[in-house]
Amino acid sequence: MKARVFVTLKPGVLDPQGKAIHHALEGLGFGGVNNVRAGKLIELDLADDTSDSDIEDMCRKLLANTVIENFRVERPENA
Amino acid sequence: MKSAVIVFPGSNCDRDLAVALEQVTGRAPAMVWHGESNLPDGTDLIALPGGFSYGDYLRSGAMAARSPIMRAVVEAAGRGVPVLGICNGFQVLTETGLLPGALMRNARLNFVSRPVALKVENTQTLFTSGYNAGEVIHIPVAHHDGNYQADAETLDKLESTGRVAFRYAEEVNGSARSIAGIINEAGNVLGMMPHPERAIEPAHGSTDGLRLFQGLLETVS
Repeated sequence: MKARVFVTLKPGVLDPQGKAIHHALEGLGFGGVNNVRAGKLIELDLADDTSDSDIEDMCRKLLANTVIENFRVERPENA
Repeated sequence: MKSAVIVFPGSNCDRDLAVALEQVTGRAPAMVWHGESNLPDGTDLIALPGGFSYGDYLRSGAMAARSPIMRAVVEAAGRGVPVLGICNGFQVLTETGLLPGALMRNARLNFVSRPVALKVENTQTLFTSGYNAGEVIHIPVAHHDGNYQADAETLDKLESTGRVAFRYAEEVNGSARSIAGIINEAGNVLGMMPHPERAIEPAHGSTDGLRLFQGLLETVS
């Protein structure tokens, strides 16, 4: 069973990396980009009996720093 | 004073820190590997060195904060044993939750490696008694993730309770309110981005870091 964990900076937390990407996109001539925020995707291959709360625990204890980051877990039905 | 330097894979200031501690305390610190689960008996100062523990994987300090020895460090900190975290050590302390906030990528994305001016904000701590209030000292920084951030409420609380130990006296990395070093509520844990162990001999260009270790020696022993 697979799960995907998306870790993103909380709204309001400064994201210098996103800003740099934004500037680079503008430098390449892409107009219309209002804002860029960079985050992480972590893919987990898990035992079938792993519960949602187990994954949430993993996120809170290690995968995300909840002082500055939010996380979202996706568990594709057929994965 | 019986000090211990915690060594993680990727630490690279552990020996500098050991030299500083030995020079000031007259006793070589125990070098404690991250995989250990106990600190030497009677340890009365724990030092977390700079470097790039675990290659800064996931987030700076994140993996080190979950290593076996850190459980013993958190337990000792809870008993009031002084803990000094420098640079990556500061990042480890925020990741364990011993200190609030987080250290993010420098605002201009650059690795900053140079001596910086620091204002000593609070001299009534275990770590800063060797300095004069409001004094400006010069200590090197060398980091990519030194941009201290916390929510406004946390920052206000740090400031109103005298827990900002050091503040940058110049723009360095975009840190909120120019914070360079903070202490915990109980006053026995200090995290700072600048490297006092790199400013202890005239050949280093500054000896301002020396007084931090001397102050500690006085207050701890």
